[in-house]
Amino acid sequence: MRFKLESALPFGLLFPSVAFLALLILAPIGQAFLLAFQTETGEFALAAFQRMASDTAFNEAVRNTFLLLLTIVPLQIVLALAMALLIHARLRGQTLFLYVFAIPMAISDLAAGLVWLSIFTERGYLNSILQSLGWIQQPLLLLSYQNPQGIFAAVVVAESWRATAIVMVILVAGLQMIPRDFFEAAELFGAGTLKRTWYVVLPLLRPSLQTALIIRTLFAFQTFAVVFALAGRTLPVLAGEAYTWYYSNRNPAVAAAMAFLILLLSLLATVVYLRVLQVREEERAR
Amino acid sequence: MASIRFESVRKVFGKVVAADDVTLEIKDGEFMVLLGPSGCGKTTLLRCLAGLERVDGGRVFIGEREVTDLAPRDRKIAMVFQSYAVFPHLTVFDNIAFGLKMQDRPRDEIKRRVAESARLLELADFLERYPAQLSGGQRQRVAVARAIVMQAAVLLMDEPLSNLDALLRLQMRAELKRLHQEIKATTIYVTHDQVEALSLGDRIAVMQNGRIVQCDAPMQLYDFPANKFVGGFIGTPPMNFLPGVVRVSDAKPVAVVGEAQIAPSAAFAPALALKNGQPILLGIRPENLVLTSSPQPNTIRARVLVVEPLGSHKLLTVQVGAEIAKVSVTPDERVAPNDDVWLRFDPEKIRWMDASTGETIR
Repeated sequence: MRFKLESALPFGLLFPSVAFLALLILAPIGQAFLLAFQTETGEFALAAFQRMASDTAFNEAVRNTFLLLLTIVPLQIVLALAMALLIHARLRGQTLFLYVFAIPMAISDLAAGLVWLSIFTERGYLNSILQSLGWIQQPLLLLSYQNPQGIFAAVVVAESWRATAIVMVILVAGLQMIPRDFFEAAELFGAGTLKRTWYVVLPLLRPSLQTALIIRTLFAFQTFAVVFALAGRTLPVLAGEAYTWYYSNRNPAVAAAMAFLILLLSLLATVVYLRVLQVREEERAR
Repeated sequence: MASIRFESVRKVFGKVVAADDVTLEIKDGEFMVLLGPSGCGKTTLLRCLAGLERVDGGRVFIGEREVTDLAPRDRKIAMVFQSYAVFPHLTVFDNIAFGLKMQDRPRDEIKRRVAESARLLELADFLERYPAQLSGGQRQRVAVARAIVMQAAVLLMDEPLSNLDALLRLQMRAELKRLHQEIKATTIYVTHDQVEALSLGDRIAVMQNGRIVQCDAPMQLYDFPANKFVGGFIGTPPMNFLPGVVRVSDAKPVAVVGEAQIAPSAAFAPALALKNGQPILLGIRPENLVLTSSPQPNTIRARVLVVEPLGSHKLLTVQVGAEIAKVSVTPDERVAPNDDVWLRFDPEKIRWMDASTGETIR
């Protein structure tokens, strides 16, 4: 009896999280799979994917998603690393830095999008300030559909502001796991701040960088609310198109196909990061 | 090559004074050991010299150059860390070469010098390995090789042997001594192990509560501890301390310890003669007490409690009045627990200490 209880315990403890994952993750994936691959008559076909790819906005959405990803993710990593190193330097007031840097994490992405909309819009804070300073006569139309670069830049700024903090938190945690002796040894043996960062901090931070990159890239594929708030459909992105197919076009099949594409890209990116940034057994600290 | 000078160095952590007005001069090429219990400030003093801590007061010199406000990398020093701090992501070669690479030395020179220090530390066969593929002792060698390859005038070692097992520690101790004889860099070595200190140091600075209590050559320190703390800290087992009272009759002082009377040697008699009626401590090392079976002058009665045969000698724990003392005797001494014995004091070897301050009377 006792033996039975003991062997059942691990499964019992696992059950809640497995049930959670099954109900909220696996079941919707299965449903999306059926939606994407099944026709109305119940046959399996790629019609939804063909429809998705033939849409005029599709190529643009793919291009924009990747452009945003390739701009925002490196920018965020560099910014977050600088912020993390600043906090790690244990300057006076370092906890204040940490709290200020972390504020955007507490704000939902749609709210963040609206905050930046109120800054960048025609009668927004940015234009009011510039006008009251007398630097411009006419308000800048940053978010106009005639100014795609302006919209793109606004999205980059808003997304970076919103989601850099999470990367920073991961990197700060990673830095704190590295024994201080390594930094001191590097400094003592002649490495200045830049060399120390390049030759010691970054290699030892690889596991955290890997985590941060995976999380950020996955979220970048799902970028939606900030873009939606700032640009509507002027700057189509993959997740936004999925939303449009579902709500405006009333076509759940194509929306599901879109979601599947995002899932596939996310998996692919994860595998690449796991391979490229792998820390080999012999390089691990003991 | 360079001498080192601490001038009234002070370092405070919150309310703890880790270095309290420390002044110390280390000669060019000298092997100086900073010795003391944990928390005495010895590592802090080393880190102040390395530049890893900023001093709160005083000045630090390397040679004639003041380095008090210089960054660690500008001080031309090399260091072996207690944790080794060998970079896990670099091979043994790249670890040893790290400092030279940071100085942008030509590749040929790096290769030659790494090979040279790898040879000195018997690491030549492991240059392509990563630290995780090495034993603890080998990683320690990498840390030492990385330091000596710099050919810095000053070499700092922070408890480098404390993470090794006993046998390896013994081996590396002799190895480090040989290495110092070979490279002759001014070395500061921090340890809490008094045997290590005695075996390695040209001089030893014993620290307590952020101050240097005594700085002397090893045997001087062992034979003439400046106070009770040093006598009790150095030596395994430490010095015995027996309380007594000074009595002077006919201008001749004796210490009354229980029923026994112990006379000082001629050298200490005048000093003791001034302390009539005052309490005093007799400090004597376990090997300077001789067992006799009958009372004689300068003997004291004791009862044997424990006999520990240790191969090269026997260690006795004896009770003298209310005090416990340790006595070291030859292995063939016939003695058993509960024996009543007499301990003879060699007057030349007794260190007399003030009972209230613990300071040695000179």
